[in-house]
This record gives sequence, C-alpha cells and structure tokens, in this order.
Amino acid sequence: MNFLSNIISGISLGSVYAIIALGYTMVYGIAKMLNFAHGDVIMVGGYVCFFAMFSFGLHPVIAVLLAIIACTLLGITIERIAYKPLRSAPALAVLITAIGVSYFLQNAAQLLWTSSPKVFKSVVPKGYINLFDGQLSIAYVTLVTIATCIAVMVALTLFVNTTKMGKAMRACSEDKIAAQLMGINVNNTISLTFAIGSALAAVAGVLMCSSYPLLMPTTGSLPGIKAFTAAVFGGIGSIPGALIGGIFLGIIEILVGAYISTELATPIVFLILIVVLLVKPNGLLGKKINEKV
Amino acid sequence: MKKFFVILMVVVMSLALVACGGEKQTDEPSTVIKIGGTGPLTGGAAIYGNAAANGAKIAVDEINALGGLQFELRYEDDAHDAEKAANAYNQLKDWGAQITLGSVTSAPAQATSAMNYADGLFAITPSASSTAVTEGKNNVFQMCFTDPGQGTKSAEYISEKGLATKVAVIYKNDDVYSTGIYETFVAEAANRNMEVVSVTTFTTETQNDFSVQIADAKNNGADLVFLPMYYDAASLILAQAAAVGYEPTFFGVDGMDGILAMPGFDTSLAEGVILLTSFSADAEDAKSFVDKYVAAHGETPNQFAAGAYDAVYALYQACTAAGVTPDMTAQQINDLMIAQFTTMSFDGLTGTDITWDATGAVSKAPRGMVIENGAYVGMD
Repeated sequence: MNFLSNIISGISLGSVYAIIALGYTMVYGIAKMLNFAHGDVIMVGGYVCFFAMFSFGLHPVIAVLLAIIACTLLGITIERIAYKPLRSAPALAVLITAIGVSYFLQNAAQLLWTSSPKVFKSVVPKGYINLFDGQLSIAYVTLVTIATCIAVMVALTLFVNTTKMGKAMRACSEDKIAAQLMGINVNNTISLTFAIGSALAAVAGVLMCSSYPLLMPTTGSLPGIKAFTAAVFGGIGSIPGALIGGIFLGIIEILVGAYISTELATPIVFLILIVVLLVKPNGLLGKKINEKV
Repeated sequence: MKKFFVILMVVVMSLALVACGGEKQTDEPSTVIKIGGTGPLTGGAAIYGNAAANGAKIAVDEINALGGLQFELRYEDDAHDAEKAANAYNQLKDWGAQITLGSVTSAPAQATSAMNYADGLFAITPSASSTAVTEGKNNVFQMCFTDPGQGTKSAEYISEKGLATKVAVIYKNDDVYSTGIYETFVAEAANRNMEVVSVTTFTTETQNDFSVQIADAKNNGADLVFLPMYYDAASLILAQAAAVGYEPTFFGVDGMDGILAMPGFDTSLAEGVILLTSFSADAEDAKSFVDKYVAAHGETPNQFAAGAYDAVYALYQACTAAGVTPDMTAQQINDLMIAQFTTMSFDGLTGTDITWDATGAVSKAPRGMVIENGAYVGMD
C-alpha cells in the first residue's frame, strides 16, 4: 500500500511536469526552438490568476481564463519582439535570446510583484478520493491535472493532424523554406504556435500552483527545466511523449526518494535520463530523423 | 622625447588627482559617521536585504533625531551573490564608509567579511549566521545566532520543555544555513536522549513535493518535526502534511519567521508551530519599532529588520561609549569598536544582556514562540 501511495505521489508530481512539458514540446516540435522562457510564462500565468482571485476576488474559472488571455498576449508579444526578428538567425542566437527573455520576465516579475513569496489558493476544491478504506488517497487537483493533460494532448494531436492550420504547422516543422514555397505563411504559423504554447503555459501555471501553492518570481524556472527534461525523456517534439515523459519522471523521482535516498533523487533521475537517451537517442516516443547529407 | 612627455603627463595628472582627493577631505570635514552595508535588495533573497536596510534606516533616523552623534547610512545591492557583494563593498569604501553592517546573507557575507578584515573596517552583520563569516576575523561581529548555535539551542529547548522524544528532521542539503543547523541539532539531540527517527532532505530543485519526507517522518512515528529552513519551503511542508492528516509538532528556527506574513497563506496551517527566534513583533518592547515599520513599509518587520535595527543601536552604544567622532579614520574606529564589542552588554529588540565573545559570535537567550490564532505567542 505504501508503494501504491508513492506511485500516486509520483503521478501527481509527474502530471505537473507533463503539463509544462506539453508546451515545451509543442513549440519545439513546430518552431524547432527551445523556448526557455516557457517556465517564466508559467509563473506569469500563476501571478495573474493569483491576483485575479486574491486581490479582486474573482471566480476561479474567470481567473483561469484571464490568466490564459494574459499569457497568450504575453507569448505573442515576446514572439514579436524577441524571436521574430531572429527567424533567419542561427538556432543558437534564438536560444540565447530565449534565456534572456527568461531572465527579463523573472526580474520584471520581481519589480512588479516583489520577491516575497505568495501562497496560491488552489483553483480546484481541496479534497481527496479515498480508495481501500482510506489507505490510498488521490487529491482532486491531481485528477484534474491528469485529465487536463490528456485533454490537451488529445486536442493538440487532433489540431495538428486534422486541421488546415495544423497541416501548415507540420509543414513548417518539416521544412520551412519548402512550406513557404507552397504558399504557407511561415511567420504567422510560428506566431500561432507560440500563442498556443503560451496559453498552455497559463493552464500549466495555474495547475502547478494549485498542487504546489508557492508563488515567487522564480517559481517557473526550475520546474520548467525539469519539464524540459521530461519532454526530452519522452521524445522532444512528440505530444504524447511529453505526457509519458512527465509522468515517468515524477514517479522515478518519488520512488528513488522513498526507497533509495532523498539526497540521491535528482542525480538518479538524471542518470536514468542519460541511460534512456543512450539506448533511445530520440527519447521514448521520439521520431527517428535521418540526417540529410 | 615623445615618450618622456607622456610619462611626465601621467605623473602630473596623477598628482593632480591625488591632490583633488586630498583637498576634498580637508575642505569638508565629515560631520557624520558613514555606515555602509550590503544586502540582497534585488533577486530571490530580496525580502531579507530590504528588511535589513529598512530596519537599519529606522534606527539611524531615530538616532539622528536625538541630536548627538549623527549617522549616515548607505546600503548597496549584492543580489545575494558573493562577487557582486565584493563590488558593493568596494563602492561603500569609495563612498567613505567608516563602519559597516557587513552583509545580510551568509554567502555574500563570507566574501565581504574577509575584505572587512583585510581593510581593518569594522563590521557587525545583522543576520549572516554562518560561522565562516566571523571565523578568523577579529573585527567581524554578528547580531544573530550562528547556525550551529541555533541547532544546539533548538535541541536543548525541545528536550528541556519535554516537547518530544521521537524527532524527525527535514533539511535542505544544498544550503549551508540548513545543513549547519541540522548537524549541530543532531549532535545535541544525541547528548539529550532524543531519538532522531527520520532524516530526509530536499534541494532547491526538489523544493515542491514533500510527500516522501512527510511519509517517512509519519511512518517512523515522529511526534515532532524539526524544520531548519526558510519559511517558503516550510509553508509547503505544513500544507502537504495537513493534506495527509499528519499532525506532529512542527519546530522551526529563525528562517521560519515570516511565514504568517505570506500573502494568501492559510494561517490555520501554522497553528501550533513552535519557532525559536530572537525577535517577536508582538513583544511589548518592540511596539514602537513595529509601528514605525508598518507605517513606512506596510508590513510587519521580521527578525532581519529587527537585527539590523539592533546592530545600528549596538554601534551607537559602542561609538558613544568609546567617544568616536566623525573625523576618525575607519582603522581608528575599528580598534575602538573591537574593544567595546568584546566588553559591552547591550539590550535590544532581539534580546537583553547581549554580549559578544572575541570570535564575534553573539550570546543571547532565544525566545520560544508558538503560533496561536495566527499570531506569535511567547512560550516562556
């Protein structure tokens, strides 16, 4: 029973990684760019939701919608100002810019909202589903996070595979120049990808803060990096891979902590990641890409 | 020939510069004693730096209003970074600081205290509690307990009050503050027949999920959980322990102070939490300071603010007793201060009959506080 309850803790931690990883992997899959500012957009989403509920007393649903709108606008703005002018620049330049944006957001958040931590009030009612006479309990927020992950995953997959815009995204992902020659507006397609990625970040921010209710300007950065790891683990660019990678990472982290040592949890997680990448260099569900020479 | 002129010009110009510097000092004799300090005014630890700077400012304003000795205070930002702290320290020196309040947090304080020692510039840090800050430096003093001191005092307190026999410890093993307290706590617990049944750790990266640590403490039957950490992590532990229905006594140290002031924090989670700290915003003698602080900054001062406030007053007491005047050099003041601090006794907000030993460590009695109905209540 102890083991099962550890698994459940792992799933609840993993579901948070997974929902962040979805945003990372979506942007990477299409724009072929690692948006390191993703974790900080998550933090902004958390703050918007916090102030909407705490200072203005709005209903959680409205607060979440506000956070989504704010993050989408923020994502579009960042893309316009920081990434769009670098469309033809080497990938490394964009990566560095993304890191710069990440620092900018963290420090701007600190100026605006100070560095003192705030306690986020969960948007999901507090409570548990008890199984086996209360020996196992699963928090509602975990269930909501997992359900959201699956819903987002299905919706994204359908969107990318069946809609016209999705087709354009896949085309951009495969070959930007060829896509442009075929009459696809590559710039707008990538902007749309960022908008969707940022909206996902808002959802991730709200759910992450509901599970782990501490909100600081640096709240998004470390989970962002863990989630990035999860995305690589599952196969970066693969939407179902992000979900699986996230859940796996969470479970491994908790089990190592519980049965081996809390001190070694992080090193062992990364050791497993290295082993997985040695065996399957593209991650668990990653597509094998043949380099064209 | 050209080269000769260049050298001549350099010599003349540097002489001119030196002369300017000299003139400035003789023309305007300083009428105030310049006190400098570095602290994280921005960055993740900004809450501590700003609290200390604000607390020190209140003390300086009060002292200047008395009309006697006049102080001028300047805080430079070190962003909780040792390298930036060294730059900040140099800026203070260029400004002409005669005494310093050291640095607010331990890592920068390690860097600046070495410079204080090398330059013979006196320092009393309000809150940098690592022993590395004072070790081997006869002119660096602390207003706060050292980390090992807190661990020992906590174990003593728990055992003397009979709070628990089975104790769990959760500490942050990538943080010198947390590990320092943990080590001495466990050592003292062993002397006092307290059984430490569970020891678990976390790091900055894993500071989200505490289910493993809480389950370990719970399964090993700990009736007290010792939390030597800052309140941000502690608030998550309290929430997650409550969620699984685990209700031991939680025992914190000075880093726990501030938990009630977190916006949005459900204070019922902290009900019954005990913390050993040197400052209580509820104490009668702190009322005037607390009121001034709240009026100026809109929040209740924490122990960092109180520590800085006390540090300035301790300097005032020492300066008055030693007859320090603003025209003295930093080195002269340094010698007088060392003599005063190792012999004087000081009463402040963070304790009474406070004394310092030659290593710079402070000696004062900690106050046990328990959180009841969302406020600190003294236990003694």
